[in-house]
Amino acid sequence: MPTVLDSLNHALHHALELDERVYLLGEDILDPYGGAFKVTRGLSTKFPERVLTTPISEAGIVGVATGMALRGLRPVAEIMFGDFVTLIADQLVNHASKFRWMYNDLVRVPMVVRAPMGGRRGYGPTHSQSLEKMFLGVPGLKVVAPNVLGDPGELLAAAIADDDPVLFVEHKQLYTRPLAEEGKGDLIDFRVERTGGAYPAFTLQPADRARLTIACYGYNFETARTAALDLLMEHEVYVEIVLFSQLSPFNLEPLFSSLARTRKLLTVEEGTLSLGWGAEMAACAVERMDGLRVRRVAALDLPIATAKSLEDAILPSVKDIVNAALSLV
Amino acid sequence: MRYNVLVMDDHLALYKTMLLIRRFEERMLSEFTTGKLVGTTHAYIGQEADSTGIFSVTDPEDVVFSNHRCHGHFLAYGGEPYRLAAELMGRTSGLVGGRGGSQHIHWRNFYSNGIQGGIVPVATGMALAEKIRSTGKIALVFIGDGTLGEGALYEGLNIAALWKLPLLFILEDNRYAQTTPVEKGVAGSMSGRFAAFGIPVWERETTDVLDIRTAADETVRSVRSGSGPACLILHTHRFSAHSKGDDSRTPEELARIRLFDPLTIHGARLTSEDCSRAEFEVASIINDAFFRADADTFPVLGNQVIRQTGKDDS
Repeated sequence: MPTVLDSLNHALHHALELDERVYLLGEDILDPYGGAFKVTRGLSTKFPERVLTTPISEAGIVGVATGMALRGLRPVAEIMFGDFVTLIADQLVNHASKFRWMYNDLVRVPMVVRAPMGGRRGYGPTHSQSLEKMFLGVPGLKVVAPNVLGDPGELLAAAIADDDPVLFVEHKQLYTRPLAEEGKGDLIDFRVERTGGAYPAFTLQPADRARLTIACYGYNFETARTAALDLLMEHEVYVEIVLFSQLSPFNLEPLFSSLARTRKLLTVEEGTLSLGWGAEMAACAVERMDGLRVRRVAALDLPIATAKSLEDAILPSVKDIVNAALSLV
Repeated sequence: MRYNVLVMDDHLALYKTMLLIRRFEERMLSEFTTGKLVGTTHAYIGQEADSTGIFSVTDPEDVVFSNHRCHGHFLAYGGEPYRLAAELMGRTSGLVGGRGGSQHIHWRNFYSNGIQGGIVPVATGMALAEKIRSTGKIALVFIGDGTLGEGALYEGLNIAALWKLPLLFILEDNRYAQTTPVEKGVAGSMSGRFAAFGIPVWERETTDVLDIRTAADETVRSVRSGSGPACLILHTHRFSAHSKGDDSRTPEELARIRLFDPLTIHGARLTSEDCSRAEFEVASIINDAFFRADADTFPVLGNQVIRQTGKDDS
């Protein structure tokens, strides 16, 4: 199977081929280096006029992309490490995501900002974070995250085709992972239901009646899946998994459908625990349904340490998910 | 139609545009006391010669990114006073249906946003898009002395210079960032900031619209020639407060800078009959603008997007 990296790279090739309005901008994205995580490899060789290497200027990159988008192009900007999204906050919040509404729908800002997020590589406090939660709930901005189940390249193509700005969050640990297929490998025992449009959600139902629902996105589908198998093998607990591609704004109907069956929600994310994605999922769920039980698994409210022993303790683990699940059932 | 499109040699047209801006802003400030306007605003009074001179030498299709003090830019660009008045009054017929208000307007190729510095990379991307699409248009971005404190500006300068983009930086130094004088806000040289990036600078200390027009013409030609970005620094004077009432300057200083009134300077070149007629015409335009706007409806949230005639009133 191709990896997530292959899928994203192929999608960029295809997008540049398909539409001459598509441009790539970012730091160190030219061949032979091809980007810090190689997502853009081969592109500058094939499309030298439309792959633009930039100075180290994240606000500049996203601002330039916004201006290009306002004037009829479809730029895709790469932020080398997702940690640097703090540097583009003004461009996203006060410019790109505002323009369409603020200008009374007279303009569109078709722009994608790709940002590799996430830890587990020993990169330490400023190169390991999952900061997407800072951009959830920003009006006019979509936040989307690929996973191994939905086709990541298809998701990126949808973001490029979107008329609104999209923050596309790629967990670094996903790049080398092969895409998953329904009915194969560790998904053999799940029935997969896809809902939604261009940025779908996936509901994974086990063979027997599930006792809880795990909600997750991106890389934490990997940990959630491993935990689900562990819960089944070691504890005979069946779980449903609801896997989201679009984090903001959200449609939680797939989650509500699952919770109608299980009545118990466990959210998993790699951002810090407090005031996060899981907190919002939980709040929406309990507003909608009475009598739910809820747990959140997330990173501790600490900077991410470099030492592996500390990083492992700070980020959510399979064991954390299993323990939280057992406390619910 | 476009409003107040200027003929290069028409001194009266330059005067009328400056007068239109002056009287529009005065009327606008007065309407805050009548309660027809709420919120805040930033008047262009005193700086009218800048935008009037600049837009007398640009192409109507050039792309403009303006800032919080955008009314004078917009009116000199050719924008309709009525649509601007309606926007300020929060009406459906406003430039952006009342969503943007004073600082956040868009019409044709004119855009403004109320964030210092952040607009510069956006304008840089617009210039890149025009270059890529070989439209022959240039982009103009208006900044002030206060903007020099913002980091995003320098990212834009660097990229615009590296990629030789058709972008004109217009730095209107009105000597105060809100209440902070330049001496307390800007270290070193203004022009040196641009020169460091290899961006040619035209610098003028004047409120004479003819001087400004001449300098603007040279900078616009430079940018349009494809040689890369250029900068026009205009040292000017803001007669009114930063926004409405926040002025900590002394009465003596305010009286002294009134000597640089661009209307007086340029008005001396006209007959008193021309000036009187201009007053009459401008008063009529502004009365009509505010009167019509005041009769218009307020937008209602939930109505499908109100797409007024902004795109097709040519």
